[in-house]
Amino acid sequence: MPAPIRLRELIRTIRTARTQAEEREMIQKECAAIRSSFREEDNTYRCRNVAKLLYMHMLGYPAHFGQLECLKLIASQKFTDKRIGYLGAMLLLDERQDVHLLMTNCIKNDLNHSTQYVQGLALCTLGCMGSSEMCRDLAGEVEKLLKTSNSYLRKKAALCAVHVIRKVPELMEMFLPATKNLLNEKNHGVLHTSVVLLTEMCERSPDMLAHFRKNEKLVPQLVRILKNLIMSGYSPEHDVSGISDPFLQVRILRLLRILGRNDDDSSEAMNDILAQVATNTETSKNVGNAILYETVLTIMDIKSESGLRVLAINILGRFLLNNDKNIRYVALTSLLKTVQTDHNAVQRHRSTIVDCLKDLDVSIKRRAMELSFALVNGNNVRGMMKELLYFLDSCEPEFKADCASGIFLAAEKYAPSKRWHIDTIMRVLTTAGSYVRDDAVPNLIQLITNSVEMHAYTVQRLYKAILGDYSQQPLVQVASWCIGEYGDLLVSGQCEEEEPIQVTEDEVLDILESVLISNMSASVTRGYALTAIMKLSTRFTCTVNRIKKVVSIYGSSIDVELQQRAVEYNALFKKYDHMRPALLERMPVMEKVTTNGPAEIVQTNGETETAVLETKPPPSGLQPANQANDLLDLLGGSDITPVIPTAPPSKPASGGELLDLLGDLNLTGIPSITAYNKNGLKIEFTFERSNTNPSVTVITIQASNSTELDMTDFVFQAAVPKTFQLQLLSPSSSVIPAFNSGTITQVIKVLNPQKQQLRMRIKLTYNHKGSAMQDLAEVNNFPPQSWQ
Amino acid sequence: MIKFFLMVNKQGQTRLSRYYEHVEINKRTMLEAEVIKNCLSRSKDECSFIEYKDFKLVYRQYAALFIVVGIDQTENEMAVYELIHNFVEVLDKYFSRVVSETLNLLCNIFSLSKLW
Repeated sequence: MPAPIRLRELIRTIRTARTQAEEREMIQKECAAIRSSFREEDNTYRCRNVAKLLYMHMLGYPAHFGQLECLKLIASQKFTDKRIGYLGAMLLLDERQDVHLLMTNCIKNDLNHSTQYVQGLALCTLGCMGSSEMCRDLAGEVEKLLKTSNSYLRKKAALCAVHVIRKVPELMEMFLPATKNLLNEKNHGVLHTSVVLLTEMCERSPDMLAHFRKNEKLVPQLVRILKNLIMSGYSPEHDVSGISDPFLQVRILRLLRILGRNDDDSSEAMNDILAQVATNTETSKNVGNAILYETVLTIMDIKSESGLRVLAINILGRFLLNNDKNIRYVALTSLLKTVQTDHNAVQRHRSTIVDCLKDLDVSIKRRAMELSFALVNGNNVRGMMKELLYFLDSCEPEFKADCASGIFLAAEKYAPSKRWHIDTIMRVLTTAGSYVRDDAVPNLIQLITNSVEMHAYTVQRLYKAILGDYSQQPLVQVASWCIGEYGDLLVSGQCEEEEPIQVTEDEVLDILESVLISNMSASVTRGYALTAIMKLSTRFTCTVNRIKKVVSIYGSSIDVELQQRAVEYNALFKKYDHMRPALLERMPVMEKVTTNGPAEIVQTNGETETAVLETKPPPSGLQPANQANDLLDLLGGSDITPVIPTAPPSKPASGGELLDLLGDLNLTGIPSITAYNKNGLKIEFTFERSNTNPSVTVITIQASNSTELDMTDFVFQAAVPKTFQLQLLSPSSSVIPAFNSGTITQVIKVLNPQKQQLRMRIKLTYNHKGSAMQDLAEVNNFPPQSWQ
Repeated sequence: MIKFFLMVNKQGQTRLSRYYEHVEINKRTMLEAEVIKNCLSRSKDECSFIEYKDFKLVYRQYAALFIVVGIDQTENEMAVYELIHNFVEVLDKYFSRVVSETLNLLCNIFSLSKLW
């Protein structure tokens, strides 16, 4: 059997293949040759064959039959064999294959080998694919190597330790003594990997984090190292475009961030060095900007002083004006993270951000859009909305859905007038009508119902919009619904805001019928149109016969939904004609629902509420006494009565309460307030006063989350002064999705018989980014109309 | 965390791939094809960071060769951008004229493995 070809030859041969099929053929031929060579147990060429196999694996072809051969190579004494064997093990083996355990003994021997390169190979492989059993067995050896004076081995051992800790977190304590001297090294390789190891330990275990902060004096050590890096002159070994070892600087800054988070002492210790890095780093090259970026992220995350934060935002502002796209992207990302906490500072850069909307780059546009939505407030809503609508016109389809939803949300929160609100919605529906999310249609309908004085104007504009083009489904759905409801206003030409158009009943029915017939209409849209036609039978006077005819035609429609509707409406005409006017009369003004669907009062959230107070959720049951004590302990103050949130007893009762709310609520325009806005969590209160009982105020809270991770197990608790009584109904859910994509709603009823000024202390608990968060706040900015 | 490191040429052929998280072998080729499609469709004055599924791609073009690194949210994108350049400079010093001699690069795949 001739000697197997070398890897170079194989690569050359494969590259000459002109089609995928040719390549596959070559590879299969070679695989067959390799397989037969393996069967012959050929020691001399095994290394070469495995190398070829690895190359073919990289191209995407299966190579599992080489696994045992890798093990044989590892066991060999030749360095060249071991090298390929270990590489093969890293690429082909992982804990899913049973074979990998056979390696453990080999690795153990090699970790104690006389040559450092062999030891290095073993460490690399263990650190790459070691399973938890292997790690447990070999952790002792790794720890020993972590203490050696050989820096080549030390750095590899540190990275291997990182992997061990990831696989078997319990072994973390074992490596703790070895870390004491790690930062005293001069070798940057060891320093870098030690910082990685320390970072991993701090991230995994809060105990370790506390230990490093207090006992080890880690922060001063890191500050010293960072200072040396910045102040030292040119060092040819570590220089990258004029900056000394930027990768190590970035790592250290990241570790400082973890150490300084939520800790005043550590944050204070690093204020100086952060300021120094921020001011001294060269910004002409990308390297310097990378370091500045990391610095800014650190400053925003720790408890830094306000001067430092302003410095950080200014750096981001400078980034925004830079020509380099990468830097602008990075700036927009960071500003998005900080916009909740330093809102005013970011507002200063609003015009630059809005300009970024017109950038060609997709990533930048997305970031600019998200940031713009975060920056919209009552003052700038008109200007911002104009820009955003223009953006909606010209942006790529993948953005349109998000942009439309964002515009709806922002318009709902900050609309200066109802007419403006409706105009904005119309504009969105006509420009991006087919990208609007499905849940937008019911929300819009509800909004239109509630703006009573705008009905005529709205229906006229909607009619004009679908006259030309009825292909955009959400637009047609909303328009059909409105025409059905307010068709009489349309025909009578009552519009005040605009020049009223002359429309006859027949023309209206024409358009609705064409929607029904059109192939472009979805089934849902047809349903809307049919119901609208039916409603018009009570609103229109001369075309009732035509309506009857249309409705009876659809009694034999293939679409089941349409058929059912038509048959029922037919029955209405024939047998129940006396009920028809009552059934089809104008819809009442609807209760304000949250933007992501009706709040579900009926949920067994009693357990989650009690669970948050203890660290381990207790198995069952209401423990209102516990909650009361907890609140008392935390809130102090003897004039505050604790409040026990009521767990919903059973379905009918809560349903009844909801109906009561609907029955006697007065939707006057009491301004809503932002009760709490910190760390990305925002809680807004909206108020309603009861008509029947003037001392009852109903507060609806909406909690939203603008960070990039969900907040789970969210619990809202409140306490009020003694003269008040408070009742907390169940929240809609306990998870606040990220990026403001949804909210939690909860209803609070406050009884205020003495008409005293409303004050409230709130306690929030939730899980975010894997850690439990808790905060207390006082709400004092209740508007007078809510309690007078 | 770095998820993967790819060197792909303009025709979409993978020259080097290293995955730091387990990905099924048939999914790898799909992933590489999609990634290179994303990178090729970018113009020269767009930024080097692409958001792809639930991680980010940082890519850099050297003549006909694309180096793409997939990272998650915890990494500093600009530092990774610098890292790519550092890597290419190291290869350059070691093998001389990396970009035009991609063949040479591949043939020295043993030595390349030591860099991991």
